Amino acid sequence: MKMVWKYLRPYVPRMCWGLAIKFVATVMELLIPWLLSHIIDDVVPLGSMGLIAAWGLGMVLAAFMAWICNISANRSAAYVAQHTTRGIRHDLFDKISQLSCAQVDRYTIPSLESRLTSDTYNVHQMVGMIQRMGVRAPIMLVGGILITLTLDPVLTLVLIATLPFLSVLVTHVSRKGIPLYREVQRKTDAMVRVVRENISGIRVIKALSKTEYEKDRFAGVNRDMVKQEIKAGMTMSLTNPITNIFLNLGLTAVILVGAFRVNAGLCQPGIILAFLSYFTLILNAMMGITRIFVMISRGAASGSRIDEILQTPVELEAVPGEARPSPYHVEFDHVSFSYNKKENNVEDISFQLRPGETLGVIGATGSGKSTLQALLMRLYDADSGRIAIAGREVKTIPPEELHTKFGIVFQNDALFADTIYENIDFGRNLPKEDIEKAARCAQAWDFITALPDGFEHMLSAKGTNLSGGQRQRVLIARALAGSPEILILDDSSSALDYRTDAALRKALREEYSHTTTVIIAQRVSSILHAAHILVMDEGRELGYGTHEELMETCPVYREIAEIQMEQGAM
Amino acid sequence: MSSGRDEKPQDRKKVLLRLWGYLYHQKWWMLLAVALTVTSNLLALLGPYLSGKAIDAIGLTAGGTDFPSVYLYCGLMVAFYVISAVFSYALSVLMLHITQRIVFQIRSQVFQRLTVLPVKFFDAHQTGDVVSRISYDIDTLSASLSNDLLQIAASIITVSGSFIMMVKISPILVLVFVVTIPLAVLFTRYMAKRVRPLFRQRSATLGELNGFVEEIISGQKTTKAYHREAVMLSRFDQRNDAAVDAYYKADYYGTLTGPSMTLINNLSLAMVSVFGAILFLFGRVSIGNLSSFVLYSRRFSGPINEIANIINELQSAMAAAERVFRLIDEPAEPDDRSDAVSVDHVRGDVRMTHVQFGYDPQKTIIHDLSFHAPPGGLIAIVGPTGAGKTTLINLLMRFYDPQSGEITLDDRNILGITRKSLRLSYAMVLQDTWLFTGTIFENLAYGKKGATLEEVQRAAKAAHIHRYIMSLPQGYDTVLDENGMNISQGQKQLLTIARAMLLDAKMLILDEATSNVDTRTEIQIQAAMRELMKDKTCFVIAHRLSTIQNADNILVIRDGDIVEQGSHRQLMDLGGFYASLYKSQYQ
Repeated sequence: MKMVWKYLRPYVPRMCWGLAIKFVATVMELLIPWLLSHIIDDVVPLGSMGLIAAWGLGMVLAAFMAWICNISANRSAAYVAQHTTRGIRHDLFDKISQLSCAQVDRYTIPSLESRLTSDTYNVHQMVGMIQRMGVRAPIMLVGGILITLTLDPVLTLVLIATLPFLSVLVTHVSRKGIPLYREVQRKTDAMVRVVRENISGIRVIKALSKTEYEKDRFAGVNRDMVKQEIKAGMTMSLTNPITNIFLNLGLTAVILVGAFRVNAGLCQPGIILAFLSYFTLILNAMMGITRIFVMISRGAASGSRIDEILQTPVELEAVPGEARPSPYHVEFDHVSFSYNKKENNVEDISFQLRPGETLGVIGATGSGKSTLQALLMRLYDADSGRIAIAGREVKTIPPEELHTKFGIVFQNDALFADTIYENIDFGRNLPKEDIEKAARCAQAWDFITALPDGFEHMLSAKGTNLSGGQRQRVLIARALAGSPEILILDDSSSALDYRTDAALRKALREEYSHTTTVIIAQRVSSILHAAHILVMDEGRELGYGTHEELMETCPVYREIAEIQMEQGAM
Repeated sequence: MSSGRDEKPQDRKKVLLRLWGYLYHQKWWMLLAVALTVTSNLLALLGPYLSGKAIDAIGLTAGGTDFPSVYLYCGLMVAFYVISAVFSYALSVLMLHITQRIVFQIRSQVFQRLTVLPVKFFDAHQTGDVVSRISYDIDTLSASLSNDLLQIAASIITVSGSFIMMVKISPILVLVFVVTIPLAVLFTRYMAKRVRPLFRQRSATLGELNGFVEEIISGQKTTKAYHREAVMLSRFDQRNDAAVDAYYKADYYGTLTGPSMTLINNLSLAMVSVFGAILFLFGRVSIGNLSSFVLYSRRFSGPINEIANIINELQSAMAAAERVFRLIDEPAEPDDRSDAVSVDHVRGDVRMTHVQFGYDPQKTIIHDLSFHAPPGGLIAIVGPTGAGKTTLINLLMRFYDPQSGEITLDDRNILGITRKSLRLSYAMVLQDTWLFTGTIFENLAYGKKGATLEEVQRAAKAAHIHRYIMSLPQGYDTVLDENGMNISQGQKQLLTIARAMLLDAKMLILDEATSNVDTRTEIQIQAAMRELMKDKTCFVIAHRLSTIQNADNILVIRDGDIVEQGSHRQLMDLGGFYASLYKSQYQ
């Protein structure tokens, strides 16, 4: 709730204004029944047509006042809710995009997604509803109590005596409600996860005819969600009957005490009668207030999930540090790293690249090749050792500066539902020539221009309307388009046929010769001409040198090369 | 790309009728709920009656109190209030259950539909939008079902009761409502019409927001790598603005309804009192009757206010229901032909004759393709990227059907085979590996019901992934997260290969199955791969032409046509496109 409050604060004047109007509207609304009884009780017996018409007109006026005030108060509430939600969502998205990859993995994508949409939506609803309903009920409550106080203070105190019990119970129940609704949201995350997995794995599921299995899996999460929703609902719907019982017990006590007081001549029975009619007012007001509490529970549960993200400390911020002059552009110095902090995934890796040099990385599946790339880009921090770019440790380079140095293609990199041009430009507003040059060099020019819309061709989400090889070429074009200092290709020509791959390498050599390049590959042919080749196995260096040197000194490398040679892959 | 925006609104009556259908399904529970509502409303009348009695027993003067009666009625009041609270709790629990049952059913239906939709649907729709329908839209629906229905039921009871009483007291005064009620109805209908598209827009923009969020968070690493966070944030803001603006607009007009209904009501109250007073002056109505008429008219107008508020919620629920129903109505994969047979012991003889196909029927990708794969044959498909190789797989597995031409399995047109049995006769390993959240064991045994740990381990050993699995703290019980694991792409491929090894299919599709696996591991698993391919008709897509040299038949595809086909030797001798592709590897 504190979090929501922070976002509400700038709109407090606006909100107060809205609440004031709402106050007027409520008073007007309450005025109407009073006018009504006044007409019937006091004006009608006078028998004056003109007076009746005048008071009638007064009622109409009050009705219109209430109408105008209510509408503008509601609109003001909507305005405040809109802007609060916009702010929360903006900051939440901003924060999520600052989360490190490890943090995103920890929260999981479906959970982040539902926090951004359904949780912010719950908060939106809460903020709007509280403003719309939060005025009337308290006014009624206070008004009702004040009037009864003037009737008979002692009896009123009897009634008021129940209020502390009531408020303790209601706040207790709604406090219990918050974790219950948090759990509901967690179950939603689980359901969303199954749906997402089914969508992304649709081909495999259909091919293996696992539809029934998946239905069961979904039925499981669906049932969990329903159960949790019922559990939360059953707790929260306690508030209403509890309120009812307490207030009505209070009323019974009022009658009992009243009986004694009347008997003792301290009170009139007519007053007790009047008490009853105002009591209904108080009861209704209390019911309204408990409804607000229920809503707050749900909103607060969502709010705390949002806040959890907002409060997550940003990992991987730049730390201060001195640059050392260095002839090398990229350096790894005895670098070790472990994902789970138990076994090292990368151990004691060192290499140095001068500007414009190329490093080829080759090695077994799972040997830590991609981890090297992630460390260089500081998607994770190395546990030990030093990684530096132009003499500056990557830790000390602000992320915005660090990341603009790179052009990279990940394995399974993302394409977005946008035009090809936009996918290459990627919001960088690069000159058109650069994009076209990159597309040419990435061997994507021919297929793009053959499309009916050319660069304006719309990709579907994840680029599913391109073939695997076409996707990779668009991605390579994206990496090249920014004329990066450092280019990283992580197994990104695997879907390219040899001819295209060869043409790509040639273009890289000719057009981007000043770019320091790291190529992670399976094929020796992709890294054959690299100035340095790093052979990795189980996170460790198995060999380091040029192709010729490694052929001499590294049996594993020689073996890979020979196999591929034999296969005609070189 | 496909958003809710361009979807045509559905007929409101149809949506309501369908919702009614779900309620009707729970008719006995609903009846019970209505019975409870009526009872608790009747009980509501009992309370004031008892308290009245108690006050009567107090007497008018000091010392005249009939204490035994006071105690009796007070005791009765306590008992009654407890009963009534129990009733009202029972009622809300009952409604909660009814609603959740319906929600469960609708959600299951949506998911069911997702499982039968053609692959085409998923290629064209954003995941996030689908997710938003199954979460947010159904939530909206459920909120409205649980709150609004009972209120409407309760309101109807009060309204009709009060109306009867009013007619009894003064039929002439009721004429006032002849003016205001139609006014209210007309106004509500006008508002409904006006507000509906706004609520529709609200659901749609939220769906779009979800779609965007899904896409961007999934591609977070890329955004980070290029430091495009600011750009993405500004794009997010556009969608965010659209979503909150749509919400605001719906609110802006939606919240008009409540106060306006109150206004109409208050106007009718004013009219009642003025005309009532006039009638009294002409001696047509007594003052006592007038005041009770006014009392009833107030009770009458209360629920109408409620209904007006509910109408708003119903509008948003209807808009949400529309989106949900539209997904449920999305055409499924066409049914298998009525004469379709289920094949189980296939020989694996596959033939394509003059197949023509395009994802967009206007844009043909495959023009005229024919080939024959004899049982146990190894068919390699090569060609430049984007030539249509993956499309071939889509056709073989019937993820898509050709526009013309024929594909046969064991000389039977595959259109005459049930999809399920056809697909089950293939095992496949695809380039983009798919693993789901579950243990490694579950993932590997996914295709084979009742696979034992031993079998699974044998497959994992053959795929050279066993050692890696054992190195994990939980071994085969390690839960694979969607992205969380630090498992490499190549290891994922090995897992999917192991999964395929457990399958017992006559035909095998390998689409770049080992593209992320290193050469040495590839050699190591070669024996297992050969074992996997033994006695199966295999379709292999590969760039490493070396892996397919011993194929029985190599199909060289270029721009959707087979330009050459034959064995490696034949094609090399031919000296055509294949030979030049092959030679380019040596450059």
